[in-house]
Amino acid sequence: MSGNLARKDRTRAALLLAPAYLWLTLAVFLPLSAMAFFSFLSDVPFGDRDWHVTLDNYRAVFESGTYATLLWKSLKLGMTVTALSVLIGFPCAFVLAKVIRGRAREAMFLLVILPFWSNSLVRIFSWAIVLRGNGVLSGLIDAILPWDVRINLMFSPTAIVIGLVHSYLPYVILTSYLALQAIDDSLIEAARSLGARRRTILLRLILPLAAPGIIAGAVLIFVPVVGSFMEPRLLGGRLGTYYGTVIEDQFVAVFNWPLGAALSFVLLAVILTILALASPALRRSQR
Amino acid sequence: MTNRTLALLGRGYLGLILFFLYAPILVMAAMSFNASAFYQLPFSFSTEWYAKLWSNREILSAAGRSVWIACVVTVLATAAGTAASIALFRYDVPGKRVLQVLLFPPIAIPWLITGTAMLIFFFGIGIGRGTPAVIIGHVALALPYVIVVVTARLATFDATLEEAARSLGAGAWTVTMRVTVPWILPGIVAGGLFAFAVSFDQFVVSYFLSEPGDTTLPVLIYTSIRKGFTPEINAISTIIIAVSMGIMVLAARYSNFGGER
Repeated sequence: MSGNLARKDRTRAALLLAPAYLWLTLAVFLPLSAMAFFSFLSDVPFGDRDWHVTLDNYRAVFESGTYATLLWKSLKLGMTVTALSVLIGFPCAFVLAKVIRGRAREAMFLLVILPFWSNSLVRIFSWAIVLRGNGVLSGLIDAILPWDVRINLMFSPTAIVIGLVHSYLPYVILTSYLALQAIDDSLIEAARSLGARRRTILLRLILPLAAPGIIAGAVLIFVPVVGSFMEPRLLGGRLGTYYGTVIEDQFVAVFNWPLGAALSFVLLAVILTILALASPALRRSQR
Repeated sequence: MTNRTLALLGRGYLGLILFFLYAPILVMAAMSFNASAFYQLPFSFSTEWYAKLWSNREILSAAGRSVWIACVVTVLATAAGTAASIALFRYDVPGKRVLQVLLFPPIAIPWLITGTAMLIFFFGIGIGRGTPAVIIGHVALALPYVIVVVTARLATFDATLEEAARSLGAGAWTVTMRVTVPWILPGIVAGGLFAFAVSFDQFVVSYFLSEPGDTTLPVLIYTSIRKGFTPEINAISTIIIAVSMGIMVLAARYSNFGGER
């Protein structure tokens, strides 16, 4: 009787789980497998095209210096944006978690997180409006400073970094805030009553305890920035060629899908390595 | 420095961050009400660009398509995601850990990779590009968010309530619909709002999966920006930001996303 019931339960569980996981299989896991397969083809296997299995795409990725240079350029962009976001975001999370209290904190927290859930493309566009030559920023600086300055940040690496930090800053604020909030105030109080200075409390107590949250935020920023293509395109202009934009080109302009698939897979491998390295910290931050 | 000055400095810093986060959005919104077509100052108020939107068939049809797709995605992702969350919560499913880990790839892998992989696969099996492909892709991206939010709400649910209902003779369906679902309803609503936002704001996956001339709003904006800016784009962008921020304020009220309360 009980075995019968368990089997019934198992059928029910399977029926409830099936739609979600079949969907993920169809739309994520099978496509990723198909992409792995494509990256070893000489041409797309559609219609009556001639194709065979080859390593040429990976050879092209690794042997031409261009792609390695671009990957490195994207990794550097990821590191810059991540470092800046952590440096700017952590103090902000600290103020939210430990200085501001009550309803004001709730409202402030929502205000910080809100832009993150609004359209990222539109926010990048808004920076284009601000940064363009003769735009608002240049007009503002011109009005404040007595001498004549012409600032045109648009279509520069700086513009790309500003736009990306703006896009991803809320991530690190969110994860650091959650980690900081979990630190018991009485712990800080105890350290203080034992004579610890502010610097010591920050370096020996708060930072180590908040580290998993900071690392989680850093990973959440680094991964999408390395794979970004829309931000460099819109804010970088002709300088905005990165690893991501090259992948985009293979799919929408050059139509070399097998090479694009190989480029994507190399990026995926790099990202999975980084996620694996960070996973102990990520697991701790989930508690 | 005293604690009070430090606290004051902290508040000032927070103010600066908020300025950094909101200033460009406000500038963009202001420019959508500026009469000049070339973003020239001085500012002179005009609703001309919003009026122009109304007669721009391309933007209107893309906006309609975006909303319609987001609604379909919301229904599908919320239904499938809630069902999966309940199963993971109620039954001792074998391989539960694996099932939970499988939710991460759609969130953690850059959309550039997921989007191009979907393009390849959907072309291979004959779905091709177009609205059905976009919907399939968006639902997959929204599902993990729904499951995470609903599961978080389920964690506050007392499982003995289900047992009590069952021992009083209620069947599995009745228990689910009359006991479990009413309790987790705020989580389901929040999950649905997240799903809507994921779909409505999604650019990368839509960009690779939609047919040229038959696109969603963000894709249309991207292609128009690359041709050159017009205040019309500011107007439609301002509307989009207002809509998605409104949705997230709602979602925050229904979930615990806004922190403890």
